[in-house]
Amino acid sequence: MEKNNHSHRQLVIMKQSLFDQGLLDEQFIQLEELQDEANPNFVEEIVTLYYRDSLRLISSIEQALKERNMLDFNKLDTLMHQFTGSSSSIGAKKVKAECNLFREYCSAVNIEGCMKSFHQLKKEYASLKKKLEAYFQLARQVGLSEAECHSK
Amino acid sequence: MAISGDVLRDFSPEVVGEFHVLAVDDSFVDRKVIERLLKFTSCKVTVVESGTRALQYLGLDGDTSSIGFDGVKVNMIMTDYSMPGMTGYELLKKIKQESSVFREIPVVVMSSENILTRIDSCLEEGAEEFLLKPVKLSDVKRLTDFILRGEGKQVGGKRSQKRSRSDDFVSSLSTSCSSCDLSSPSPSEISSKKSRL
Repeated sequence: MEKNNHSHRQLVIMKQSLFDQGLLDEQFIQLEELQDEANPNFVEEIVTLYYRDSLRLISSIEQALKERNMLDFNKLDTLMHQFTGSSSSIGAKKVKAECNLFREYCSAVNIEGCMKSFHQLKKEYASLKKKLEAYFQLARQVGLSEAECHSK
Repeated sequence: MAISGDVLRDFSPEVVGEFHVLAVDDSFVDRKVIERLLKFTSCKVTVVESGTRALQYLGLDGDTSSIGFDGVKVNMIMTDYSMPGMTGYELLKKIKQESSVFREIPVVVMSSENILTRIDSCLEEGAEEFLLKPVKLSDVKRLTDFILRGEGKQVGGKRSQKRSRSDDFVSSLSTSCSSCDLSSPSPSEISSKKSRL
């Protein structure tokens, strides 16, 4: 029980930190509210789906950016629009901000800007993935020990 | 209530569990989210990835005659605006252009972009509501509450502009309709009309 409280507090602190760092927004909380006994890991499932699904978007954008001086900005914007949408749907605040920045560079037909912001975006995207993985792992542990406590 | 149960179930969601929503979105993540949102609100959900598939599901794609098509009962449609191929707006128009009961299905348009002209044109085409993404649980609750209680009746709280409906239509289905206004029949109207044929 003592250990469970500690893990639970750790989880709360971890989550708060993700918010304080500006990595997550209200939408993440919304998703957590959709979890119940029948669907206790919904957020983790959605985030996993997001990372899997967005891989192909990322590689499409990467491919498109290889055209260097003949960038198809419309295509890039369309791809990024999709990516922005799903990032927004999971509450990935910083990733979404980077997406929007990229789209601004697209409208401005700024190749350099696009390249740089895409690089930054990938960093944020990867970093968030690691942090959320750690968060979900702890959440599962807390969930398990809470279940144990209740069954005693 | 001496009205055929089958006809009632078409557009009269007395039981929340039978409130069937068709959700349309090309984004895999968004489909999952909207599905969960709706299931959480105890709705029955069908999710499709395009306007074309939505029309197919409803039997409005021209391959199946919509007259007497008995397959699918949908109480509400929620569609993303920006989709490749057929946009949500185009889907909305197609549904509202139907001369059958399908045009009576409330259609909600969702979009990540807050563009006033877009919102206006959707509402003008008869969209029930325009929701900004990411869609929240409170949005879905408000919608299903309204439509469950509604059938033409005004519910308290904020509502966006709706296409005009006669305020005579009463949600209580035990009221038989003696003089039906054919200009803009409500679902309950249609079902009570059908039962007398």
